[in-house]
Amino acid sequence: METLREAQLRRFFREVYMIRAFETRCIKLYRRGLIKGYFHPYLGEEAIAVGVCAALSERDYIVSTHRGHGHCIARGADLGRMVAELLGREDGYCGGRGGSMHIADFARGNLGANGIVGGGIPIGVGAALASRIRGEDRVAAIFFSDGAANNGVFAESLNLAAIWDLPALFVLENNQYAVSTPIEQVSRDPDLHKRGAAFGVESCRVDGNDVVAVYLSAQEAVATCRRGAGPVLMEAKTFRHMGHHVNDPGLYMPQDRVEYYRARDPVDVAARYLRESAGTTEDELSRIKSEVDAEIEAAVAFAEASPEPRALSCQTGAVR
Amino acid sequence: MTEARSDSAVTATRTIKYREALNEALREEMRRDASVFLMGEGIAERGGSFRVTEGLLAEFGPWRVLDTPISEASFTGAGVGAAIVGMRPVVEVLFVDFLLLAMDQLVNQAAKFRFFACGERGVPLVVRTQGGAGNGLAAQHSQSLEALFYHIPGLQVVVPSTPFDAKGLLKSAIRSDDPVIFLEHKLLYQTEGPVPPEEYAIPLGVGEVRRAGSDVTLIAWSNMVPRSLAAAEQLAQEGISAEVVDPRTLVPLDRQLIVDSVRKTGRALVVQEAVRRGGVASDLSSIIVEEAFEALKAPVRILAGKDTPIPFNLKLERASVPQVEDIVAAVRALAREEGGRPCHS
Repeated sequence: METLREAQLRRFFREVYMIRAFETRCIKLYRRGLIKGYFHPYLGEEAIAVGVCAALSERDYIVSTHRGHGHCIARGADLGRMVAELLGREDGYCGGRGGSMHIADFARGNLGANGIVGGGIPIGVGAALASRIRGEDRVAAIFFSDGAANNGVFAESLNLAAIWDLPALFVLENNQYAVSTPIEQVSRDPDLHKRGAAFGVESCRVDGNDVVAVYLSAQEAVATCRRGAGPVLMEAKTFRHMGHHVNDPGLYMPQDRVEYYRARDPVDVAARYLRESAGTTEDELSRIKSEVDAEIEAAVAFAEASPEPRALSCQTGAVR
Repeated sequence: MTEARSDSAVTATRTIKYREALNEALREEMRRDASVFLMGEGIAERGGSFRVTEGLLAEFGPWRVLDTPISEASFTGAGVGAAIVGMRPVVEVLFVDFLLLAMDQLVNQAAKFRFFACGERGVPLVVRTQGGAGNGLAAQHSQSLEALFYHIPGLQVVVPSTPFDAKGLLKSAIRSDDPVIFLEHKLLYQTEGPVPPEEYAIPLGVGEVRRAGSDVTLIAWSNMVPRSLAAAEQLAQEGISAEVVDPRTLVPLDRQLIVDSVRKTGRALVVQEAVRRGGVASDLSSIIVEEAFEALKAPVRILAGKDTPIPFNLKLERASVPQVEDIVAAVRALAREEGGRPCHS
């Protein structure tokens, strides 16, 4: 921990809080009926995206999931274009054609969120394969969930990455629910990182609510991938603060576990690092939060001013 | 590069097999563009089940010609991912039947990517596979599934029937910035035809009149083209002049070529190996009715595979998909039909 400089801890806190504030603000827009469709909040899992993305270089790739706003923000996305997409506006990342589950940001190596659980895993493997074929040192960080770990493409893709020694970091965000089904009910051994060993893949488990722990593990994993010794499977244990999506009250989540994880809230953990290792005061923390809040308000204002899309002006390109 | 459109338009100096033509296309594109690479089951050391990738491992090495495990969903998806970051993967799936294992990656991922990316980026992926009945391979190795891909906005569907087209269309498919499902036919690999040694490519979306005629238009693709041509030959001896139109690519579709031909002949038979229900032939038929209705002298007819899984027994297998004699019979009946609308005279 001592090795991390204050600036880095500050950046972690700022980003973890930014995801928290973004989701909270956008859920308000949703409740007001301004955002339609599905919205899967990343609340409670913020530290994973921030810790992993901090360990990547600008040239690296990520693939994201249906619960993807956090990955996008941690990769430095334009918040205005993100909110505009959630509102279905012309200035959104997909010009309003994709919505929450389909934002991609190529300029920042974000190859896209995905509406299909597990759908992005092989795509990330392909990006890592391209890196290998071209002799580049780019790493692909593949975010996916415990739900996706029970889809066939996880096993297939982990194996493909393994036989070709691909620079792929498999980031298994184990929030312990596949929609509403608890992991214990659908996996005999819920410690999913153990599956890596069966494929000859280096694996680790990390506290997904602790941004510093995630970062340190990811840093090591990325280094392994970059020197051609990948892939690596990293399981980050975490818990959602809400149900599967904003309209799911999550009543199936036992209260004691909700309390357990809320007591380990990633925003609080990140703040504690700043206070304890860097002596940051409450005032300073509040100032960071206010700055972020202002950025998000500006993003919302930008998005609300953005026009509705022109009718199907953005079809499937060359394909008729 | 010459943009050759038809094999009759070039001076053929040699004859090669369909599988050799495909091999040449791959080799030439891999030499031309370092981002082209191949993935599939048994394509490297073994050179592919139909010997299409023979010799490519030796020339391009193991990172351009990759043998995969039997993981269709994931190696197809890896092709999608590699394409997104600028490679031009050609993924080979042994049988079109096996491509069903990769449908998420094709339909939900590859086909929609450019749309989500707001046109900024496409998926320059080619998936080569083969289908069709004819070798007693039974119901999970003999299907014609082009309609599944034809149905999906964002996918291009290529169905070559000759060695010349196989080569020229594969080159265009590889150069396309959007995903292509390239459907070969297992009975065509050993067929021969004229292929010039010079560089050429055939643009996607340009069909070809295989045989000119005046009484009836046969629209056929893939292995139904040689059968339709054989039928047309027999029919000519009976005094029925059949025009055979091969769209060559189903998406994009050369609607004009089909409509112009039907406007000329006034009668149309769509010949399709795939089962009739929900097939491409039904869609072509509706296009003809919408765009050439006033010229029709009889209802548009469809001759298609029976609505059944392909049987193993060779006699039953034969009966399940259109044969030359079925085409001849269907055209004879169509040529006699009146009543598309009242005669003008």
